[in-house]
Formats: sequence, C-alpha cells, structure tokens
Amino acid sequence: MNIVVCVKYVPDAQSDRTFNESDNTTDRLGVDGLLSELDEYAIEAGLKLAENAAGAEESTVTVLTVGPDKAADAIKKSLQMGAHAGVHVNDEAIHGSDAVATSLILAEAIKKIGNPDLILTGMASTDGTMGVVPAMLAERLGLPQVTLAAQLTVEDGTATIRRDGDLASETITASLPAVVSVTDQINEPRYPSFKGIMAAKKKPVQTWTLTDLGIDAELVGLAAAWTKVESFAKRPPRAHGQVVTDEGDGGTKLAEFLSAQKFV
Amino acid sequence: MAEVLVLVDHNDGVVRKTALELLTIARRLGEPSAVFIGPGYDTGKETMAQYGAEKVYLMESADVTGYLVAPIAEVLAALVASKAPAAVLLSSSPGHKEIAARLAIKTGSGLITEAVDVQAGEGGTVRTTQSVFAGGYAVQATVTKGTPIIAVKPNSAAPEAVTGAAVEEVLDITISESAKGAKITDSQPRASSGRPELTEAAIVVSGGRGTGGDFSKVEEFADSLGAAVGASRAAVDAGWYPHSNQVGQTGKQVSPQLYVAAGISGAIQHRAGMQTSKTIVAINKDEEAPIFELVDFGVVGDLFTVLPQATKAINVTKG
Repeated sequence: MNIVVCVKYVPDAQSDRTFNESDNTTDRLGVDGLLSELDEYAIEAGLKLAENAAGAEESTVTVLTVGPDKAADAIKKSLQMGAHAGVHVNDEAIHGSDAVATSLILAEAIKKIGNPDLILTGMASTDGTMGVVPAMLAERLGLPQVTLAAQLTVEDGTATIRRDGDLASETITASLPAVVSVTDQINEPRYPSFKGIMAAKKKPVQTWTLTDLGIDAELVGLAAAWTKVESFAKRPPRAHGQVVTDEGDGGTKLAEFLSAQKFV
Repeated sequence: MAEVLVLVDHNDGVVRKTALELLTIARRLGEPSAVFIGPGYDTGKETMAQYGAEKVYLMESADVTGYLVAPIAEVLAALVASKAPAAVLLSSSPGHKEIAARLAIKTGSGLITEAVDVQAGEGGTVRTTQSVFAGGYAVQATVTKGTPIIAVKPNSAAPEAVTGAAVEEVLDITISESAKGAKITDSQPRASSGRPELTEAAIVVSGGRGTGGDFSKVEEFADSLGAAVGASRAAVDAGWYPHSNQVGQTGKQVSPQLYVAAGISGAIQHRAGMQTSKTIVAINKDEEAPIFELVDFGVVGDLFTVLPQATKAINVTKG
C-alpha cells in the first residue's frame, strides 16, 4: 500500500503568534515552528496501516509538505517517526497562499508522487484551523473523502471509518483511492526512537518547485488568493475580573455575580 | 436585490438555531433563499418562513442523503450557476465547512470559515470578522474572487423573526456517481442528554481534571442555569466525558454568553475553544491557574463545595 501523508509546519501555539505587518500574512519566520501536532496522528495512522498491510515490505509512507525552508523540520520529524520518504514543495511564489492554492499545490504534488492508495491528513492545521484542505484536495483529485476519522481500517480496497458527530456515531466507507482525515482520538502518535532518528538521515527527501509541478506561479501566493485579509488587530487582553478565595461563601458569591449579570 | 443562499442545517426538519442566525445575516446582504436538503420539509417550512426566507430550494432526493458532503456541494454549485447569488452562507460545523470547501473549488470562489460577524461591505462585497490564534487576534477579511462562500460560527447573530414568502422551488438536479463515493453505512444516534447543544447554548459549564471524573456537581450546576455541559481534553482523554462534549482546539469551539470552567487550568488548546465567550467564570483550587487571566469572575476553591452552594442559591433565587 502506498500512502501519502500531508503535513504542515506551523507556528508553535505556545509562542506569540502574529501577522506580518507588511502584507497581513501569518508570520512564519519570526516565531518558533514545528510539525503541526494534529498531523502526527495522520502519520501514526499511515505507519500503522503500512506496517499491517499485506505486502508490508513494499508499502511506503511518503510525507508531503508545502512551505518555506524551515518546513523541512516537519519532514525530518515525520521521517524520524518512521515515514519512508519526504517531498517538500518550496518556492518563494507560494508565500501567502490560501487554502485553495495550497490544495492545488498538494494535488499536483500527489499526482507527481504517483497514484497513492490513500491520502491521509490531520483534522485541521493548528494555525489556520479551517479544516477545509482535505475536502478541497478530494475535489481537485476527483476522489471521495472520509473525514474526521476516530477509527480507520483499510480492507479489500475500501477504507472504513467511524466518526463521532453531534447527533450520531457514523460508519462511513469509501473505495480507494480516497482522502482520509483523522482526529486526535484515533491513536497515540509514537515518539521518534534513537534508531529512527539515525535512520531518518539516510531517507530520501525531494524538494520540488512550482516549475517541477507545472504550476503557473500566478495561480498561487498572496496575489492569487481568493480572499484578502483587510486588517488584523490584537484583541486587548481581557480586563482582569474579580477573583475571590472561597472562605465558605465562594458559591454564594458566584451565584450573586451570576444574578447581578442576569444569567439567573 | 440579489439572493443570498443559506444552507439550512436541520435534523429531520427541525431547523437548528444556527440556520435562523444565517437567515438573519443573509438579510444584511440581500434576499435570503433557504436551501433545504434531506427529509422533513413539512416540519421545517414554517420556521424558515418565520425567519425571513423569501425562497426555499428543496431537494429531498435519496441521492443526497446517505452520502457524505459531495452531493450537497453539487446541489449548491448548480444553484450558484443558475441563481447568481450575492453570497452563500453555511454554518461553521465540520460538515458544512467541507461542503463549502468543495463548493469553493467547483465555482472558483473564495471561502472564509469561522466568521463571527458578516456585514455588507462597499460595492457589494461581503466583509467578515474572524477570531484567530486562539482568540488573540480579530481579522477582517473579504472574498475577492467568485461568489463569497462564508461559514459562520454559531451565536454570531441573534435570530430575528421576519415573515418571508418562502416560495418553494423543488430542485431537479442529477447527482454524479463520483459524488457518491463516500457512503454512510451505519448511524448510531447519540442518546440525548436533554441539555442544549454545546455550540448553540447561551451558557456552557465545563469540567476538567479537577472533577476527578465526577461530573455530577458540574451537571447539577449546569442544569440550574439551563446550560450545556462541556469538558476539557484532559477529562475526555481520561474517559470521564464523551469526546462530542470536548471544548477546545480539537473539540468544539464555543462562544456563549457565559462560559464557566470548573477544575480546568486553561491551557492554550482549551482557550482556543472558549476565549471568545462574552463572560467567563472559573472555579479552580490553584490560584495560579492560567484560566484566571481570562475571567470576569473567579473563585479559588474546591468545585465540590463551591458549585453545590451556588446551585442551591440559584435554585432558591429562581424559586
């Protein structure tokens, strides 16, 4: 089984995330970045499927990322976890791309990697958090999507997932190839072992430009985005409210506050 | 005046509050046209008329139910082509966002998700506000290509009752075979707690690690306020509460009038799910807990004594 896992290098949520003043894009250079933690679940799901597949020896997990130079760190971590190969699409013209353009680049890169059985993603990135790229990718590739999997099995050319919605827990099937996104409920991602870290250094990583993918630079990047950030403003920190220490009447004081605010 | 398409979120015809909010927002941009897909139209049509739908596009065909989002995206794409709407509004639920994503690619249109406000801008544009980076920034954005497709978060507008004509048009759209690639083969309805739905509730009371697995006091307090019950990731991972009730980055993003965090420290992942709440209250034993940086009112104390006392006082006040 050949699996492609799409991953993203994102600003660390623990750092002070912000925008570039000049063009209203997410600041990806001034802050520490890392492999989006939600993508680790997709990598783990891919590795498990490949390890347990009939013909496990021939199965491959290729990680694919689109991003600046530093995004190579996301590939490195994925390879350390056990992925077999990496593809990094890196081109200055990509800066400022929206989800629409990102899905175009991913789709063309997946075609160039060549007919995977399964395309895996996390449930959303931790920076943009839209969660729309899997559906866009499926639309562009003309494939079914089964998203937000809390469980995933692949058998006889069919992917079956369980997803837990608001109203029901559903079982959904799709014939392969398909795009599958997974939630943080699906597994516990492995940590890279020392052996994995050493082995990752010898694994193949290809770096492709837009030209390699035959994509017109006019179709991606900030100027080509179908949406525009007009302005951004840091929300003022919330005014510090009243904090009382419970001395036997904490609950009463809480009820009084809620009554005064007309919540009761 | 141009139409504004609203994809109506409903459960067998019971129209969800988010759809009424969208109909209200649609009226700021043009004439609201409800798109009703699936069974239950007889139950839902009155509500749509009461909240200002001038038209209702109806598709009850089995070709759209039983599959994931792709057939609905095809229906909307056909409507965008034939009706040239000023915008398409959907809710910011995972399913609707995926419909919006496919629709954006099909129609060559820009997509904005998680909008917390939508207003008419200059020259027929649609101006949205989003809250990003765990609520740390407010971003104003517009769609610059195609038909604006906007997925709006629940509680972004107060539904306004205005009578609409609700003229029906039954759609005759053929769904392609490729859109039927992902089938729903089994569905186990979730047992109803009888409490409001988490993302729509005006008040949410959440419990975390501090409950030690006992949510009874959290639930009793929530019920005294008519609130929905949420849980932190720590509580869900420990198996104390269902994942469908998780508030935070990988669970639900809520934006109620009042959010109460009981025994929740307030890690950034949790804040991403609740930081835009209007009023925030916390109860925590640890006075250093980061959640106290956000609160309008906080109690440093044990939730197992504070919550029952507050519940009792609230029930007395209510009489």
